[in-house]
Amino acid sequence: MQVTMTVNGTEVTRDVEPRLLLVHFLRETLGLTGTHWGCDTSNCGTCVVLVDGQPVKSCTTLAVMTDGHEVRTVEGLADGATLDPVQQGFMAEHGLQCGFCTPGMLLTARALLDRDPDPDEATIREAISGQICRCTGYATIVRSVRWAAEHPVGAPEQPAEEVPA
Amino acid sequence: MTTVQERSALPQEREPNPALTAPDRPIGFGRVQRKEDPRFVRGRGRYLDDIVLPGMLHGAVLRSPLAHARLVSIDTTEAAAHPGVHAVITGADLERLNLAWAPTLSNDVQAVLATDKVRFQGQEVAFVVAEDRYTARDALELIDVEYEELPPVVDVRRALDPGAPVIRDDLEGRTDNHVFDWEAGDAAETDAVFASADVVVSQEMVYPRVHPAPMETCGAIADYDAVDGRLTLYETTQAPHAHRTLFAMVAGIPEHKIRVVSPDIGGGFGNKVGIYPGYVCAVVGSIVTGRPVKWVEDRSENLMSTAFARDYVMRGEIAATREGRILAVRTTVLADHGAFNATTQPTKYPAGFFSIFTGSYDLQAAHCSVTGVYTNKAPGGVSYACSFRVTEAVYLVERMVDLLADELDVDPVELRLANFIRPEQFPYRNKTGWEYDSGDYEPALRMAMELVDYAGMRREQAEKRACGELMGIGVSFFTETVGAGPRKHMDIVGLGMADGAEVRVHPTGKAVVRLSVQTQGQGHETTFAQILAEELGIPPEDVDVVHGDTDQTPFGLGTYGSRSTPVSGGAVALAARKVKDKARAIAAAVLETRPEDLEWEKGRWHVAGDPSIGKTMTEIALAAHGTVELPEGIDGNLDAEVTYDPPNLTFPFGAYICVVDVDRGTGKVHVRRFVAVDDCGTRINPMIVEGQIHGGLADGVGMALMEFIGFDEQGNCLGGSFMDYLIPTAMEVPDWQTGYTVTPSPHHPIGAKGIGESATVGSPPAVVNAVVDALAPFGIRHVDMPCTPARVWEAVQGRPTPPI
Repeated sequence: MQVTMTVNGTEVTRDVEPRLLLVHFLRETLGLTGTHWGCDTSNCGTCVVLVDGQPVKSCTTLAVMTDGHEVRTVEGLADGATLDPVQQGFMAEHGLQCGFCTPGMLLTARALLDRDPDPDEATIREAISGQICRCTGYATIVRSVRWAAEHPVGAPEQPAEEVPA
Repeated sequence: MTTVQERSALPQEREPNPALTAPDRPIGFGRVQRKEDPRFVRGRGRYLDDIVLPGMLHGAVLRSPLAHARLVSIDTTEAAAHPGVHAVITGADLERLNLAWAPTLSNDVQAVLATDKVRFQGQEVAFVVAEDRYTARDALELIDVEYEELPPVVDVRRALDPGAPVIRDDLEGRTDNHVFDWEAGDAAETDAVFASADVVVSQEMVYPRVHPAPMETCGAIADYDAVDGRLTLYETTQAPHAHRTLFAMVAGIPEHKIRVVSPDIGGGFGNKVGIYPGYVCAVVGSIVTGRPVKWVEDRSENLMSTAFARDYVMRGEIAATREGRILAVRTTVLADHGAFNATTQPTKYPAGFFSIFTGSYDLQAAHCSVTGVYTNKAPGGVSYACSFRVTEAVYLVERMVDLLADELDVDPVELRLANFIRPEQFPYRNKTGWEYDSGDYEPALRMAMELVDYAGMRREQAEKRACGELMGIGVSFFTETVGAGPRKHMDIVGLGMADGAEVRVHPTGKAVVRLSVQTQGQGHETTFAQILAEELGIPPEDVDVVHGDTDQTPFGLGTYGSRSTPVSGGAVALAARKVKDKARAIAAAVLETRPEDLEWEKGRWHVAGDPSIGKTMTEIALAAHGTVELPEGIDGNLDAEVTYDPPNLTFPFGAYICVVDVDRGTGKVHVRRFVAVDDCGTRINPMIVEGQIHGGLADGVGMALMEFIGFDEQGNCLGGSFMDYLIPTAMEVPDWQTGYTVTPSPHHPIGAKGIGESATVGSPPAVVNAVVDALAPFGIRHVDMPCTPARVWEAVQGRPTPPI
């Protein structure tokens, strides 16, 4: 069946099987491989994308369910050469290691900061609690999100600062 | 040298050359952002499942629903006729190719696709190759397999019972489920010490089966070109070169015709060391169909069939004087190796490096005996950042020391301080034969105590106990043995455990380092560039690190057991020094002086006594490739290659203190604080070191409280999804507090010891010791992992820990 949605600001229309998962639609139909797949059961969150600004697990969402909606993936975070503050924050505070959970974490962080620009540690931990990172132990992810909160959109492009953790 | 800092993410106190570096961009060691991050934060990593080859097909594995059953028949007719299916491969097909069984890394064999029996739930039975992944899965449903159920062996303690079902009747003459017996230390000497000791404490404890569960599951893409007989194999592997050699041996494809590519890896933790049947099936699928075949397992397949970790049932005993002098430790272990002995460890070490269970203490005697057995469970056992079973060893000794402290009624910290190997005893040979390279234990433990405010915590605990609240403080002190070889003592399937590095400095002074090890998130592209930068004074951003491709990198055994920095890091440093020596000769030729008249400053050779006359590495690189007349014996490049055979292992150590609160109504354990003081010798990039520690601490909390691959009586896996196999989220772990000391390895070229697994090894006993400490008012001496709310609550009710 035909599905039309806006992905990272561009409208796309494709014929898909009704059973096609959103994660596979993004990765295989559109070639946006920044969204990862990790568990099938909505537990790990490597597949998180934003649907109308809300974090959604694309491994348990059918592509047809997002017909008419706006989808944002990690590829849509940066504004050209300028990284989103959450992207800069994760680099500055070592919020990633293998990078596999990172796209989902970044999008959840972006959604959090969009609704709460100055979240405390407990709020950040709760926001990312539906996602698993096997590498970082989460503390540096929390710091990364805080870094982004302290360097909001609109700041001039700059390399991430050296911040003692 | 020992330095003490409250927070370890501060830049290393090394003097950078001010002429060469800006303060925030160290040329060499120090905190620097990772080179790999820009692609990852843009979603531009290239993981296995991101790779799409022209004409690529997709494979899926049919797995056994039963733990132990005879295979009566397989009917693939309907599956093969399903639209979009290109091939259905069974064990019988593989048998014709002599590929139904493959050698494991422990000198056993493992079924690729079952031919006679299935021996664990989730075992591979058939492989479908189809147009796309959905069609391949559809076709699995159409394969009809008839099984004749057999009684399974699930409880490791019953595996050697007379009359137990024999799992490995494929092995000729096999009448039981015994795999190996192995021992270390002097049994008679140890028994004598125990016989005359004032105090002996013993405890049985289980280190349960857990799983590394990297966020990216395992997979492969095989691309066999029948015209030139060349196989390109993309794999999620931590050991690309070892895999190439093994594929050459198994598949009969000449080694020079095999290229193994390990792209970006979404976490490994030991799960991606071995060769899985799915990889072999992808290769066969590509040969059969003439097209590339991708196979990626799903999460349940990962948890149910790939390398698990631990699964040791241990009986520990510790002997001491009444005054608190620890005399000896001995232990007997029953090791569950699953249905095939497919663990990864050096050949002479069937129990890995478990014999370092003597820990950080100066003992008079020690002995261990380990018996490995087969059960109807998935194979594996050495993975999950365990440093070849140092994890089990540290857990054993650190629980035993706490039990002894309880028996003697002394503070567990004081007992440890009184029994540490003293700094002047290093290098220290322990009672099972290890030579600890360096250590200074007391400052690390004292720093941890200071960071956590140990006395204050004990006061708070006393106050809480007085009003019935349960608070626990757990200490562990670990010493690891990592960075295997030396090659003469350590090999995997006959391949000596050495690793290589090649350094090339291009004519413009930029450089490339090619490594035999492979990153899975540890930041090799940054760390190894920094090692070269430190040695040659070339900025890390001017150094490209190439790894994960056997066509482009030197041979080596790969990344596991915290080997990368100790082994390939040594190779990079020594190759860089060869380049530096060569640069000296070339600079002397250019300056028309003698090499011995030149002095090194970072990045530049200058005339001794006149620093104004000299040549930078960039100038020397151009000269090396230019027209200058080179000295005798110096060829026209600035390249070097080293295969580093470590003279000894390295021995990182650390002191961990965990503070927990236990809800006596629900049994839920809350980890309130965790302080970790680590010593990994020289710290190349403190930010990366710190990150490695944080990740391992979360692992420790997970294993101690949540993670568990259990089985029911029929051998059904009870941890086969993330709904059942519980991994800590940000809600279950605290904000880690860290500190560090630096005691360089005396034998390592840069004094580095490896940090990849320290925290995973050291943290579980700290958490369990804290839980048991919290439950001390109930007279509880031990709770087996995972200390789930149910288990803790049962313990508080005075009921024994439910069996695993």
